[in-house]
Amino acid sequence: MSTTTTDLAALGAALRAAIGADRVISDRQELRTYECDGLAQYKVVPALVALPVDAAQCAAVVRACVAAGVPFVARGSGTGLSGGALPHADGVLIVTSRMRDILEVAPADERAVVQPGVINLAVSRAANPHGWYYAPDPSSQQICSIGGNVAENSGGAHCLKYGFTTNHVTGVELVTPDGDLVRLGGRAPDAPGYDLLGAFVGSEGTLGIATEVTVRLTRLPESVRTLLAAFESTDQAGAATSAIIAAGVVPAAVEMMDALAISAAEAAVHCGYPAGAGAVLIVELDGPEPEVAAQFDQVERLCRDNRAFEIRIAVDDAERALFWKGRKSAFAAVGRISPDYIVQDGVIPRTALPEVLRRIGELSAERGIRVANVFHAGDGNLHPLVLFDASVDGQTERAEEVSGAILDLCVRHGGSITGEHGVGMDKAKYMPRMFTDDDLDTMQLLRCAFDPAGLANPGKVFPTPRLCGEVPGRRKGVHPAQEAGLAEVF
Amino acid sequence: MPADGVLGRLRAAAAGGGPDNPDPVRVADAHDTIAGVPARYVAAPRDTAQAAALLRAAADLDLAVTVRGGGTRQDWGSPPRRLDLILDTTALAGVVEHAAGDLITVVRAGTRLDELAATLAGARQQLALDAPLPGGTIGGAVATNASGPRRMLYGTARDLLIGVTLVRADGVVAHAGGKVVKNVAGYDLAKLVTGAYGTLGLVTECAFRLHPLPAAAAYVTRRVGDAAEAGRLAGTVRAAQLAPAALEVDAPAGGGAAVTVLLEGTPAGVAARAEATRRLLGADATASDEAPDGWGRYPWRGGDIGLKLTAALSGVPGLLADARAAADRHALPLALRGSAGVGVLHAGVPGTADPERVGCLVDALRAATAAVAGHAVVLTAPPAVRDRVDLWGPVDGLALMRRVKQRFDPDARLAPGRFVGGI
Repeated sequence: MSTTTTDLAALGAALRAAIGADRVISDRQELRTYECDGLAQYKVVPALVALPVDAAQCAAVVRACVAAGVPFVARGSGTGLSGGALPHADGVLIVTSRMRDILEVAPADERAVVQPGVINLAVSRAANPHGWYYAPDPSSQQICSIGGNVAENSGGAHCLKYGFTTNHVTGVELVTPDGDLVRLGGRAPDAPGYDLLGAFVGSEGTLGIATEVTVRLTRLPESVRTLLAAFESTDQAGAATSAIIAAGVVPAAVEMMDALAISAAEAAVHCGYPAGAGAVLIVELDGPEPEVAAQFDQVERLCRDNRAFEIRIAVDDAERALFWKGRKSAFAAVGRISPDYIVQDGVIPRTALPEVLRRIGELSAERGIRVANVFHAGDGNLHPLVLFDASVDGQTERAEEVSGAILDLCVRHGGSITGEHGVGMDKAKYMPRMFTDDDLDTMQLLRCAFDPAGLANPGKVFPTPRLCGEVPGRRKGVHPAQEAGLAEVF
Repeated sequence: MPADGVLGRLRAAAAGGGPDNPDPVRVADAHDTIAGVPARYVAAPRDTAQAAALLRAAADLDLAVTVRGGGTRQDWGSPPRRLDLILDTTALAGVVEHAAGDLITVVRAGTRLDELAATLAGARQQLALDAPLPGGTIGGAVATNASGPRRMLYGTARDLLIGVTLVRADGVVAHAGGKVVKNVAGYDLAKLVTGAYGTLGLVTECAFRLHPLPAAAAYVTRRVGDAAEAGRLAGTVRAAQLAPAALEVDAPAGGGAAVTVLLEGTPAGVAARAEATRRLLGADATASDEAPDGWGRYPWRGGDIGLKLTAALSGVPGLLADARAAADRHALPLALRGSAGVGVLHAGVPGTADPERVGCLVDALRAATAAVAGHAVVLTAPPAVRDRVDLWGPVDGLALMRRVKQRFDPDARLAPGRFVGGI
């Protein structure tokens, strides 16, 4: 895609006319603020940044991009960890952070209607006084936006019981890649027609931009009980997790940390986890008091049966917060024990945990790269933290090899290359390890239906997207239209 | 091409079915109709590869194809505009994998829901999908996104389906999702094909998340005067801390209504919550470990008119009252039953009802549901009623849906005309 400086200047003028001069950024220094999302290893300065304040402005920006043939990328709070909101050098970054009104909290409908820039936690804060909350809770929930959550189908510790974003979004208004405003779903369930809402959630900005989101609110549980169990090894903690699930208990969360992750957390936030633990589990149950009471005793017993050497039960919210503090600070905490690290995000079937953790340990030893494990044990969502020092020759490469090998392990065990962070720019190259060409081509059929011109967040999710005019089938060599200079592969 | 030539080509594509499925292709007989439209051929592939070969052959031969599972919902949706080949999934059945420790299963589309339930029960697990019509298959439940009472706790097929194998109209096999619950790699095509009435591809295998079978269950029922009162009472239950698995209203055409709350969990927990529910519903509420009559069944029988009405939750009592009033106005007996706890109701009218009056009732129900952010869809109706009413009503995003259909099935070969907007 080649867009000239003149074209971009004209587009900048068109955007200023459409949404106001103070809502368009073209100054090089100011643009640098937006050069990456939460994954700082990729940096691209966008050609222009637009900050629409409502759906009509957002649609106007997209239409201007379409008219100019310029790609656009949506961005919420910029906390994504896969480069999903990485700007396009010749494109417009559409930032939704000025669209941050909670339009309605309707407990009687069990819904809230919000603009995409609204912070995740703000929805719960608005709903709490009515006795409700918004269940999907990415670790970044204090700063991430709902629009970003919808784009990435973000998860969190409580997905095991409550599902992730897609299970809690009942409607969106979106700007299609053509610049049309379309509503899908709403307050009532099961709108007739294809479940385009289900396809849109998690499409990482490649099928359009959400301008309004209707979310499902969940009743605040009557009772929450949390325990922390310390084990000598991750194998024992894994066995305890399996035993809990096998007993028919569905906890709100089961989180595990290994020794290295624990020591990092201790160094950072002094969470006071049991000394000498090779692994800790945090198990949280919530629901009606009589159910929680019955199952909590069972969970405690199953942890002891699987050789937990210490079990602590949170007596109040403050103690529960302390249990979680170590877990929630783990990602940042490894910064204290390693100059650089990669936060990996892969998923395996829960029963494969012992084998996969052992293999990760071997990979770590073989390559001389430390790996700290912090993860959602209940649903097999691993977050290995691959530690390295970029100033040491070859370590960066070896860390990336280990990181990639862990994803291969996940795929080999029937899992996924991402459980909550998304594919984005970072993992597009891994998609063929999980999906065949036919699988990816079929996904492209959907993308082409929404975005025939290929302007919505090009280069993300798919390693080599096909031309939308192309007949499905295997790609062979350069497309004739491309060779003739009539079309480009995005 | 003469008919037997087509048959030969299809048989060659299927390349023999093996000892348990010796001839997967045959000429259609009088029973092989879809919503009244006769087919010419029937093929019953036993696996994804054979299904793909058959769909490739159908594409080469320009045959229009409609998928049939248990046949329990063949009278749902509009009749196909064109039909040559029925792809029968009854041989495409069986559990491919049940990883009990991971709470997932992979099953072939033609597997009957009741047979799967029996298999999973051995491990004290369940696929938490209700089966309102006995004999239905997994594929049929997914294709229609049919739901029953327990969707309140467990969600619907779209929430439980975590991976899918589908064969496109051109015979290409594609997978999406996988065998782990937490997975955000690529587009969620499993959601796209759920409720698509087989117009985007043939689903051959489904991966589902499972749930443990609850150790105990209790149904707490209270009878009330009318449907709207039942709706209000349901609202009271929602506002309490009972975490029900289902919250249903049942308002038969003859009058009166009932609210039933299903509680699932540990024996001690269920006993305590059932007692709390009984107190909340009122003194004459009764608790039982048996489901009440008609539980989880649609409020209509074969040949009747069946509708699905949806609403924002606060609008459920009003919708129940409006629906009853509209039926009275048009002198039609209307049975209402459904999930007041999630805003999905089903409604039945006898198939003998005057089509003109039914048309007026559907218009009134569309107005009533639209007022509470919902929709009224006619799922099934006799031909005279189909001729009078638009089955689907207004559909948001229809232009995008047409574009999706065009990409997946450019020749409109799969169940043409069955779905919204003539898709």
